[in-house]
Amino acid sequence: MLNRLTIADLADRLARREVSSRDAVQACLDQIQRVDGELHAFLHCDADAALAQADAADAARRPHAAPAGRPLLGVPVALKDVIAVRGQPLTCGSRILEHFIAPYDATVAARLKAAGAILLGRLNMDEFAMGSSTENSGFGVTRNPWDTSRVPGGSSGGSAAAVAAHECIAALGSDTGGSVRQPAAFCGVVGLKPTYGCVSRYGLVAFASSLDQIGPITKTVRDAATLMQAISGHDPLDSTSVPRPVPDYAAVLTGDVRGLKLGLPREYAAVGGLDAEVRQAVDAAVKHFQSLGAEVVEVSLPHAEYAGATYYIIAPAEASANLARFDGVRYGLRVEGADPLEMYSRTRGAGFGAEVKRRILLGTYVLSSGYYDAYYLHAQKVRTLIRRDFLQAFEQVDAIVTPTAPTAAFKIGEKTSDPLQMYLADIFTVSCNLAGICGVSLPCGFTANPKLPIGLQLLGKPFNEATLLRLAHAYEQTTPWHREIAPLG
Amino acid sequence: MEYEAVIGLETHVQLKTRSKMWCGCANEFGAPPNTHVCPVCLGLPGVLPVANDEALRLTVLTGLLLHCQIPGRAKFDRKNYFYPDMPKNYQITQYDQPSTANGWVEFEFAGGLARVRITRAHLEEDVGKSFHFERHSGVDFNRAGVPLLEIVSEPDLRSADMAHAYLTAMKDILVYGGISDCDMEKGMVRCDVNVSVRPRGETKLGAKIEIKNMNSFSGVRRALDYEIPRQIAVLEQGGRLAQETRRWDDPAGITEPMRSKEDAHDYRYFPDPDLMPFEPVEAWLTEVKARVVELPLARKQRFIHDYQLPAGNAEVFKNDVPLGDYFERVARQSSNPKSIANWVINNLRARLAEGTTLAGLKFRPGSLIELVALVEAKTISTSAAQQVFAEMFDTGKAPAQIVQERGLAQVSDASAIEQFCDQAIAAHPGPAADFKAGKAAALNFLKGQVMKLSRGKANPSLAGEVLERKLKP
Repeated sequence: MLNRLTIADLADRLARREVSSRDAVQACLDQIQRVDGELHAFLHCDADAALAQADAADAARRPHAAPAGRPLLGVPVALKDVIAVRGQPLTCGSRILEHFIAPYDATVAARLKAAGAILLGRLNMDEFAMGSSTENSGFGVTRNPWDTSRVPGGSSGGSAAAVAAHECIAALGSDTGGSVRQPAAFCGVVGLKPTYGCVSRYGLVAFASSLDQIGPITKTVRDAATLMQAISGHDPLDSTSVPRPVPDYAAVLTGDVRGLKLGLPREYAAVGGLDAEVRQAVDAAVKHFQSLGAEVVEVSLPHAEYAGATYYIIAPAEASANLARFDGVRYGLRVEGADPLEMYSRTRGAGFGAEVKRRILLGTYVLSSGYYDAYYLHAQKVRTLIRRDFLQAFEQVDAIVTPTAPTAAFKIGEKTSDPLQMYLADIFTVSCNLAGICGVSLPCGFTANPKLPIGLQLLGKPFNEATLLRLAHAYEQTTPWHREIAPLG
Repeated sequence: MEYEAVIGLETHVQLKTRSKMWCGCANEFGAPPNTHVCPVCLGLPGVLPVANDEALRLTVLTGLLLHCQIPGRAKFDRKNYFYPDMPKNYQITQYDQPSTANGWVEFEFAGGLARVRITRAHLEEDVGKSFHFERHSGVDFNRAGVPLLEIVSEPDLRSADMAHAYLTAMKDILVYGGISDCDMEKGMVRCDVNVSVRPRGETKLGAKIEIKNMNSFSGVRRALDYEIPRQIAVLEQGGRLAQETRRWDDPAGITEPMRSKEDAHDYRYFPDPDLMPFEPVEAWLTEVKARVVELPLARKQRFIHDYQLPAGNAEVFKNDVPLGDYFERVARQSSNPKSIANWVINNLRARLAEGTTLAGLKFRPGSLIELVALVEAKTISTSAAQQVFAEMFDTGKAPAQIVQERGLAQVSDASAIEQFCDQAIAAHPGPAADFKAGKAAALNFLKGQVMKLSRGKANPSLAGEVLERKLKP
């Protein structure tokens, strides 16, 4: 059952040569073989290539020598299918890139390789990361390992489901409005959205460039810290990546949170549609933090209620330009036409799914002459206010506590007919991206019947992932939730 | 009614950088198609742009040369439209916060100086190039992502000739600054023209018509020479002009409608979230300011003023920078820069055209000063000086040595000259009689004979005086 191990445990046993990377990869492949027919977390997994990487890792591990600077040597990690790995498919869950093979490595992929990780395969997602349930994938829905009639969340649903089902040891997702944290909550695992500029976006296919960040989805907080250590830091290939030293994330996992201040946003108490069990679980978590010695105060985020509207202007606006390159001219799907315009229309008409088209239309509209000021410019101003709210709150507190999502995982098909209902699933997560701060989701309990994971969200100051990890780790180590294994796990 | 044209130009210039605007691919013309490409300039999924700092420097340098303001903050925007030669289907450009703004350029025109205001010079990226074959099309992306400077003028130009003079002056400045090679043949400079006409005296602008597709400065002039009378004719026949974009058909020599205002693109500009706003810091600006060069017009005016050169000579030194620099090096040490200029332009330039370079000259710059001094002191005649220069150029010998070796020192001894004059008059009684009869030009012939008899050594003015005295009635 090597596939059930955390990064920390597997790396430890690999280092002591008790197990081989080949065994670990094989265990993951067996689990994929066993459950992925039903789960459908993976879009692509080349078993031979993965085993070859494992053999290389085993060969690289000389007897009795700790592999300096290769903390992930031999550890199978899988990536959301929106992050480029040279020679592997890069579909973004879209028919328009169905047969596209990435000819280059994303910076995070290069860093994972440098750290020794085995890049196991490609994980399902909402098309171009647009969605909250992975139902928008062009290649079929991913199911929740806790209840296969339910969604795993999205857009990094494949990543969260694969980790929760122990098909891989850890995964990377991308988070534009909650796409790492919300599926992590739905699947009962840990998901971290780093501060904007903390992790390079080079090789992450852009949805909304000013909001996108790659983040780890892991079984434990310590594993999230390990992945963060490997992937974060300045990248000259990404102009928005911030040149600042990467802290030692593992060093902060002391279990001691005494004296830290947590903020409860007054405004979130009034959010409609917040499930009673979710509310109870979060309240209990807050009390638990108090029992660990943290202080809790109320804070105010007066512009929080505009986050959703702001997000659904800015994100589609950027997406409308980002997705313009998928035109059938140079790569990807092409449906021929009499002239370029007809080729574009047919290619994009056939290649994009409904939600992607909806957002391209929205984005095109809000940027159009005569509407720009009323929508895009206005949204940017509100975005500034939202960021200011958070920075002011962080003058009083070290972190802000909220539910990750208003409910536990919902049924497949439950919200597909109503995009606005679907958008509300992001209500607690989008403001974090708009403000450019960091956030983490971790398990904080289960609903009673059916038994579904509930996620707790901690939001932190810009570039203060360490504090979030410290809090999350202390909570995790004193609660049982993360030890539960999903029925399909 | 008399009409006047109102013209503004948008000039696109490829910057002289080693690599492209957003990636490390070579900025090089003429390579086989799609050999200078990478994931970034092909617009593959997931790539990001990183701004080329030299391109930013050259943009600000251009701004400084065009007397522009350099705002403390510039940013990049996305200009959205679909075209097969554009990898991302948006062009990264500077929309409302360009790197430079509000400048002017001054140039010689119609016997005086003209000044045209520069709205802005902003940085953007070039697109690929489409090729159309019999049954299909292809795109070469080598040019995609090459840094492109767009220099926008205010509508201060009034004629086709003035537009041509402006473009020529602009090109000179950009070449001087090392900003672009401005090689038209390689498509390094491309122009769009905005032109309207209005009754002279009217202050309101007429309907703006944009003309595209001129690929030379003379093309711009010819397009305007066609378009301005066309617009006037429409108005004179009682017609109305509407804002539109027209295409210049160079072989046919006409402009034709391309699209009307209603079909105009909505480019949906918005700030590119992949690039941080650019805020030049003081040290960076200082570095760029150190690269500011003297402008061509200033150089010409300085040459006229400092060295008393005729405009024509100064123009030569403006256009031929190395030759002008050589002249200046010599002239600074000479008491007679005007003569130095004549020697450099009339003699040296001709010999350089045969293939010698300035660096490969055999004679020292001081030799030229010496040669001029010998002529000035009347030690040698101007025709002897020609011989001295020729030998000095070939061998590098000092002029004094050549004069001595070849016995070229001028004869100013009156008795010797009297003898040559007598011989000349005796040998040519006809011209002598002509001069006496009042044909002044005949004296030059006789003077030539004296020079001939003296093998070029006689002092020509002295010879003239003596001849005149002898032939006086």
